[in-house]
Amino acid sequence: MAPRTPRSQPLDFEKPIIEIEESLARLTAQRPQDDPAVARELTALRERLRGVRQEIYARLTSWQRVQIARHPARPYALDYAALCFDEFVELRGDRAFADDRSLIGGFARLGGRRAMLIGHQKGRDTKERALRNFGMAHPEGYRKALRLMRLASKFGLPVIALVDTPGAYPGIGAEERHIAEAIAVNLREMFALEVPIVAAVIGEGGSGGALGIAVADRVLILENAYYSVISPEGCAAILWKDRSRAPDAAEALKMSPPELLRLGIVDEVIPEPEGGAHHDPAAAAALLKGALVRHLDELGGLDPGDLRRKRHEKFRRLGTFDGG
Amino acid sequence: MKKTGEKRVFKRRAVAGTSRRGGRKAGIPEGLWTKCESEACGQVIFNQQLEENLRVCPACGHHFPLGARARIAALVDEGTFEECDRGLRAVDSLGFPNYADRLGVEHGRRETPEAVVCGTGSMGGVRVSLAVMDFTFLGGSMGAATGEKIARAVARAESGGRALVIVSASGGARMHEGCFSLMQMAKISGELQRLAEARLPYISVLTHPTTGGVTASFATLGDLIIAEPGAMIGFAGPRVIRETTHQELPEGFQTAEFLLERGLIDRIVSRREMRDTIARFLGYLLGGA
Ligand SMILES: [Zn+2]
Repeated sequence: MAPRTPRSQPLDFEKPIIEIEESLARLTAQRPQDDPAVARELTALRERLRGVRQEIYARLTSWQRVQIARHPARPYALDYAALCFDEFVELRGDRAFADDRSLIGGFARLGGRRAMLIGHQKGRDTKERALRNFGMAHPEGYRKALRLMRLASKFGLPVIALVDTPGAYPGIGAEERHIAEAIAVNLREMFALEVPIVAAVIGEGGSGGALGIAVADRVLILENAYYSVISPEGCAAILWKDRSRAPDAAEALKMSPPELLRLGIVDEVIPEPEGGAHHDPAAAAALLKGALVRHLDELGGLDPGDLRRKRHEKFRRLGTFDGG
Repeated sequence: MKKTGEKRVFKRRAVAGTSRRGGRKAGIPEGLWTKCESEACGQVIFNQQLEENLRVCPACGHHFPLGARARIAALVDEGTFEECDRGLRAVDSLGFPNYADRLGVEHGRRETPEAVVCGTGSMGGVRVSLAVMDFTFLGGSMGAATGEKIARAVARAESGGRALVIVSASGGARMHEGCFSLMQMAKISGELQRLAEARLPYISVLTHPTTGGVTASFATLGDLIIAEPGAMIGFAGPRVIRETTHQELPEGFQTAEFLLERGLIDRIVSRREMRDTIARFLGYLLGGA
């Protein structure tokens, strides 16, 4: 797991919480606690802490959620693979060019069920970040994912996709090996898979790179993840020629989980521990596991034809327009 | 998804324009001519001649942008096009800044108020379902109405047992519609999956520019993929790639010729030969002449 604790990397909007926590720590360390005055002060501080935490975390803005979604201590796909699943056996390579380490996949067991787990993977330290290319997959990642999903379909394993990418990699090699086609083929072929597919956005749901593994029967999202057609910074740069207005863009894009649920882009918002998944990865994993199991079990009863028809209809409905 | 493609075209158009100063210099009356966009060419072309030549420079073969209606006229057998879903149009579903105003302006001045014109028509006597994107409508961006129209065009091919031809021209997603825009990629790909299963042909034509989410969905899913010469085709915009990788982009990066060289498309076909080429390919795929 993350070597750093959330407390050592607070986000800007968490500063009021950190200040109270520090006062609490100082008071506890310095003064005799059997002094009734100190005890009263401690109780008051703890009360205030609870209130401030609740106030901040219950009213997170879209931009604050984006910051949590990108927090360097946030659990990644392999963390959930270890925490939610009884077993994960990684399978590698696209059988043609490379093994993309920013998009992982393999067999997994989830509470006795067999499954194919795929997911974007970010790195924790400098070295691993480079290895994982900051979670930005090349064409080979999407082609490996499709290979594994087809294998799953052939042998009746449901597919679980954990989405966590700023976007597909914008690079020369990626273009030369046709990243656009790799994503497009996944979009089309995921409609042909004859097994249940459950996707969960666990961090960043960055545009086509996210959708490339998320054409699913159920699309879930963690409470502090996001799913968007463009990064808030990119949107702000185009709209206002000013990347620092990303918080406004995050609001305008309706990219936060409650809004995505209201718009029908996602089917369920999975709650996170207070402050975000990185405050308590094990608890976050338990919540994710519960949701995955429930949806897999619901979908398990459908025959392949029904699954595919419903998947088609689910995406066919998305979007509003006039004059239809 | 980014707007780089759009910007690049605007730059090229600015070069093109019907500049008055240049006109006097060349001794040709104002507003009747266009200077070739290709810097190496610079040929002064009478507008009427340019239109008659499907907006292809007679001197160097450079392909100027072509509106959806002119494109359809150039593609289908004369008088055979029947438009569908003409009234279908975008709404400001997210309350996005300035979007409603922009839509209002665009809707007011357009015959077809969307970034795509759809319908059926004959090509060499074969009835096809057609979707032709229009870059001049909000950069050919993919809104929910755009996606719905294209999805219906695919479904129309499937239910009618016809071939599908889509001509792409797009800067990518329409960020004003947020994830609804993104989901059109899946929606259309789902319809294409059904069309493929029905073994009906889909010919994808890529024109300048085809980028972002359109490239990463239906544009690259054709049974055959044909591009116009010089078209810029890519997923990420060149500026984004340069900023991310800090690398110099190779010569001709993301042009149709670059894609052909790397095996990503079937052929490059000149606009003037597009109709006959598609009709010929449909002959192979559907049988017949
Ligand atoms: Zn020329």
